[in-house]
Amino acid sequence: MKNISEKPATTKKEDRKTSIMQTALKLFSTEGFYTTTMPAIAKTLGMSVGNFYNYFSSKDQLAKELMLYISTVLGDKLREINMTDVSVKEKVTMIVHMYFSIARERPELIEYFLRVFLSNREIFTKECTGMVCVSGFVTELMLFFDEGVQSGELKDQDFFSALGLFMGYLGGMVFLNGEEVLTKPLNEYETAIAENIYNALRKQ
Amino acid sequence: MKPRLKVLWLQGVTCNGNTHSFLNYPHLLYVLETFEFLYHSLLPSTYTLEEISTCVHECDILIFEGAYDPRMERVGTSLETLVGHYGSHAKYVIAAGSCASFGGMFKHSDPEHITGLGFDEKEPKGPFASSPKLINLSGCPMHPEWMGYTLRMIADNKPIAVDELHRPKELYSYLAHHGCTRNEYFEWKVDSDHFGTKEGCLFYKQGCRGPMTHASCNKILWNDVSSKTRVGTPCFGCTEPDFPRINMFETKTNMSIPQDVPVGISKRSYLTMAGIAKSFHIPRLEKRLIDDDA
Ligand code: SF4
Repeated sequence: MKNISEKPATTKKEDRKTSIMQTALKLFSTEGFYTTTMPAIAKTLGMSVGNFYNYFSSKDQLAKELMLYISTVLGDKLREINMTDVSVKEKVTMIVHMYFSIARERPELIEYFLRVFLSNREIFTKECTGMVCVSGFVTELMLFFDEGVQSGELKDQDFFSALGLFMGYLGGMVFLNGEEVLTKPLNEYETAIAENIYNALRKQ
Repeated sequence: MKPRLKVLWLQGVTCNGNTHSFLNYPHLLYVLETFEFLYHSLLPSTYTLEEISTCVHECDILIFEGAYDPRMERVGTSLETLVGHYGSHAKYVIAAGSCASFGGMFKHSDPEHITGLGFDEKEPKGPFASSPKLINLSGCPMHPEWMGYTLRMIADNKPIAVDELHRPKELYSYLAHHGCTRNEYFEWKVDSDHFGTKEGCLFYKQGCRGPMTHASCNKILWNDVSSKTRVGTPCFGCTEPDFPRINMFETKTNMSIPQDVPVGISKRSYLTMAGIAKSFHIPRLEKRLIDDDA
């Protein structure tokens, strides 16, 4: 008889897929996208190459799913913040904190976004055009800005000028941190950065 | 022969738009044969307005056009008295147009005193607030077929189910968006930069309220041929209690994100879908529909 605590096969496959993605993310963001091969990822995981292809049929497909995965992880966190009943100013602080915490605890997520997704657009043009792979995260940012303007706290402006200011700033700081240019740990910049972002976005 | 049902068409604060709209009803002859008009400002009537103002007659159906200001007088009799007398005897009270339904355009000249017959925007207020007799045919103006439908249902003694704003469900359960010829452009987020083009949706740039407006304008066409959105003019949401809003040719956005999204769809779901749809370029939809130079 089947043990009821046993996970169904689909969940097991999903778990395996997630662990493959985590390993792939680490390899891509440290070794580079082009230099990391599918057999190399399979080898790190102790899997046969044939079995590996059961999970991802091509490197491009893996690359796309990784971006979707990252966008979902960040989007879920941002959604929690959006649903919190605090001022927009406090939400800015929470978002900065969330982003830097992820950069510290799971740097491969941000590194992949900055060093693979943004730097190798040719891989993503076909299947990850526009918002397709980042919609989880970008939608939550839209909701955050929309609420900010509706509540009267933020200035009404073009979405991308606000997005660039917010995410460009955070991405830039994580990049500098990765390059070991910063003189202090990333979290010590949180308060000043949140204040700068809020001041730049708020209704004057 | 069955006695004809007696209709009284009274006017409050109005531009006569609903009267003019109703004159375009293709089956007007049927109406005149089936109903006796005690009074209408343009159609053949049994009595003059002066005779009506004495409040000695009774009607089966009171049709009221225009916003309701109880102090306004018709031949020396206040609307409060006229509507009170004829409305209390009538079996049905029909508010013709958005001013009579919710206060509409004219309410803005004196928001404290002027309302619809049973609503002040969406709040129940006025002489027929919460009355089961009240049927609202909102619209600026109401579609002639909507009045035709209502009168035919009454003549045939059939029940008219209404929504929470007393509008017939058969006419107002639809959205103006349903049946618009621009639906495919809406799906793929291809917008029109101008009025009057055959191509493009009017949601993002021209203020179209079709997806937020309960009306069957794109199902029951105007003059049997067309609708505002079909010819390339945005829907202004004229059947809703918040009509008229300001800047009706503009879509209210916050950081480029539309403030209002289609009825009953969460903003999160809408933005996810819209963002993805917008990511694709569909050359067929970006071209002229009929390109004479091609
Ligand atoms: S023009 Fe208006 S009614 Fe037509 S599809 Fe676009 S949003 Fe809908």
